[in-house]
Amino acid sequence: MQLEAIDMGFGYKKNSWIFRHVHMNVRKGEIVGLVGPSGTGKTTLGKILSGYEKPLEGVVRLNGLPLPSKGYHPVQLVFQHPEKAVNPKWRMKEILHEGWDPDKELLEKLGIEQDWLRRWPNELSGGELQRFCVARALGPSTQFLIADEMTTMLDSITQAQIWQVVLDMAKKRNMGILVISHEAHLLSRICSRMIDISQI
Amino acid sequence: MSTLEIQDLSISFTKYSKGLRQETTQVIHNLNVSISKGEIVAVVGSSGSGKSLLAHAILGILPGNASVKGRILYDGQELTEHRKAELRGTEIVIVPQSVKFLDPLMKIGSQVQTSVRKGNAAAVQKNIFEKYKLKPIVEKLFPFQLSGGMARRVLLSMAVVSEANVVIADEPTPGLDADVIKEAEISFRKLADNGSAVMLITHDIEFALKTADKIAVFYAGTTVEVAPVSDFSGKGENLRHPYTKALWRALPQNEFIPIKGSQPLADHLPKGCPFAPRCEHATFDCSKEVPEEKMIRGGMVRCLYAT
Repeated sequence: MQLEAIDMGFGYKKNSWIFRHVHMNVRKGEIVGLVGPSGTGKTTLGKILSGYEKPLEGVVRLNGLPLPSKGYHPVQLVFQHPEKAVNPKWRMKEILHEGWDPDKELLEKLGIEQDWLRRWPNELSGGELQRFCVARALGPSTQFLIADEMTTMLDSITQAQIWQVVLDMAKKRNMGILVISHEAHLLSRICSRMIDISQI
Repeated sequence: MSTLEIQDLSISFTKYSKGLRQETTQVIHNLNVSISKGEIVAVVGSSGSGKSLLAHAILGILPGNASVKGRILYDGQELTEHRKAELRGTEIVIVPQSVKFLDPLMKIGSQVQTSVRKGNAAAVQKNIFEKYKLKPIVEKLFPFQLSGGMARRVLLSMAVVSEANVVIADEPTPGLDADVIKEAEISFRKLADNGSAVMLITHDIEFALKTADKIAVFYAGTTVEVAPVSDFSGKGENLRHPYTKALWRALPQNEFIPIKGSQPLADHLPKGCPFAPRCEHATFDCSKEVPEEKMIRGGMVRCLYAT
């Protein structure tokens, strides 16, 4: 059971590759860090693995099969900027229930107040929105989570709060996580293995 | 004397709730901070605590529905709206949080050159680009062609070349790799050593500790503690406010243990200490009124039970 990239390449223009011949994998239940200088394609790799972009070369396989094209996506991506990942014309309640119906217990653990559900995205701060984005991505069919600088914008308490919930869930469901981050302390705290994008 | 002194600042916003009914929400309460010449003060706190508003209030770029009370002094003189407009961009500059603040129709090179006040603008700009590892080709690009990290470095270099008396950097670090952050630390220190007063607004305590002289901790619209950098050590025994202690202990290099709950929203603040609902030491007295500022061991704290 794993998520893997086989001989993958991607670029936005002809003959200008962001990366090429990339081989990497994340096994079930494993927490892997993805590091590298900014502008080397970490986010792009995350987008491809979760089906937001198609690679120009190579394939992504989930448990040996191609990624599904409909239904709830088993590989969920949480972006760095939550304010750009929510529909500004929906209330928070609709945003939260877009993919599945999170239970009260999860909301409580993430520190989401019932009162926030009636609000519009522009009435909440980045830290508050990110809690919703995390809850939204943790549906029962999520097999892999890609955390692209998920807590970079947040204070240390909120960061620890969110990671505690995510790591807990990963353990319970044997979920695999790819952590894209610049923060060495965070990575060494939670990851069992690191991948450097400039060396794959 | 302090270059910048903020006394008893409060900011509130008026908005329409239903039809023509208006309601006012106070987002910053009785805030006091001062920065001296050559000093770097970091303002840390969670998102939504009002850190950016503070910066915008100093520059006078708050939206029209905001009203500001209290005083902001610059070089001992009150900063009126008129003076703010005169001084911003020359004597008081900001490194904005959002990379959308760059002029979308202007090439990066000339944009940075407009901030240079002394010497040969082009040479200064080339020099700073080299320092921040921005390739010469970046000069000829437009903002939409930059990656997030590159845009951030451009914004940073604009503030550094301006050599202003007051530099306010609003979240300068997200998306930067370790080398560039190191370079930014050095630039801010250099600015301060040349006589600027620097305010770093950040949620990144690690960066704040490495760069700043003292740390002002923000929670729900006010400073709960101002402490010298050296107090952030060990298990946080030297820190004064329970929120600061919790922030310190939640760092991944420390205990990585969060406290429960979340910061109250500006229109749902508790009557007393804003941190009381999450505080394990809170008593009935804490919910009566917001604790006054007091000085303990060379730092400021707003807590009834701080020692």
